[in-house]
Amino acid sequence: MTHLDGNVLAGALADIFSVDLTPASARCTGCGAVAQLAEAMVYTNAPGIVARCATCDHVLATVVDAGDRLWLSLTGLSGIELRRA
Amino acid sequence: MSADPLTRPDTARRRPAWHVATVAELAPETPTAARLVLDVPTWPGNDAGAHLDVRLTAPDGYQATRSYSIASSGETSRVVLAVDEVPDGEVSPFLVRELRPGDQLELHGPLGAFFVWQPSRDDRPVQLIAGGSGVVPLYAMAASHAAAADPAPFRLLYSVRTPRHVFFADELAALVGPAFDLDLAYTREAPDGRQGDIGRITKDTLAARTIPAARRPQVFVCGPTGFVEAVASWLRALGHAAADIRTERFGGT
Ligand SMILES: Cc1cc2nc3c(=O)[nH]c(=O)nc-3n(C[C@H](O)[C@H](O)[C@H](O)COP(=O)(O)OP(=O)(O)OC[C@H]3O[C@@H](n4cnc5c(N)ncnc54)[C@H](O)[C@@H]3O)c2cc1C
Ligand SMILES: [Zn+2]
Repeated sequence: MTHLDGNVLAGALADIFSVDLTPASARCTGCGAVAQLAEAMVYTNAPGIVARCATCDHVLATVVDAGDRLWLSLTGLSGIELRRA
Repeated sequence: MSADPLTRPDTARRRPAWHVATVAELAPETPTAARLVLDVPTWPGNDAGAHLDVRLTAPDGYQATRSYSIASSGETSRVVLAVDEVPDGEVSPFLVRELRPGDQLELHGPLGAFFVWQPSRDDRPVQLIAGGSGVVPLYAMAASHAAAADPAPFRLLYSVRTPRHVFFADELAALVGPAFDLDLAYTREAPDGRQGDIGRITKDTLAARTIPAARRPQVFVCGPTGFVEAVASWLRALGHAAADIRTERFGGT
């Protein structure tokens, strides 16, 4: 299966955050590129969901849903900027 | 301090939640796709271009979740989807062939504040570029643009296999007018007399048949992953700023 993009993260992240993070801008801790999360490359065929930087392929975020528990890692992202509408 | 409820943006009222949908109508959309009209009494409405997640649960508890764009928009409890069957897929063959009116589905939505269009009241042009079922969110944008009588000029370039594979064919044709232009690009078979035009979209197609970068259009591209990536890279080569191009990848090749 090929990758998707960060739009598909909206559902998994809505279970965790009260605002939609997919239009938020964040800096990749690998290469420093700033992009909206919706623009990340997303792989959903792993046991969880993996979001990678579209510029350098660094892992930005992972979400693993095990039914009664959910693991979230955002270690590849810094300086997340949310716009108030 | 809370925001004034009168000026609160729609997106704040439309917080995603899980909903139970009842299938109201099912109809073939193309030889391989079905249109699903769902009754969702708790649906808060959605922006044009948003999607939802469908979750199927097998009797043994196994769950599969897939995203589907919403062809409808605005304040309505009728939610319209159009699903193309991916052969040997886990979820789409069930939705296209097995579902019956009266069946219930679990939905999570509305989702996605990135790949959406809202009436803007400015006249910046909008170029929509679709491949296959990727037209679903773009059809929602075009229909919403017409319903709002928005002044921005819209164009849709739609790459599709044959005339029979056009999603929302009648609805799209009915939207054509001074503010909406529809351009179908056939990859396998064209209507009579247009066989010379058959082929996949290329950089030259984009240069000849989309709003030029000099007019600074907002561009929305949606379809299979390979299609979206090729189109987005050609758009950048043609001078469109990366920030003016919004993309949504549906998967596949
Ligand atoms: C934000 C978003 C919105 C979407 N909206 C729509 C929509 O409106 N209508 C619609 O029909 N689909 C849409 N999709 C695609 C949909 O989510 C599923 O991927 C698709 O229905 C296939 O699921 P499946 O379970 O049948 O196939 P799977 O079991 O997931 O996959 C089976 C095989 O098909 C391949 N495959 C997976 N997805 C596709 C694809 N899209 N095209 C071709 N091959 C594929 C896989 O690589 C795999 O080899 C959307 C996807 C996203 C991320
Ligand atoms: Zn990076």
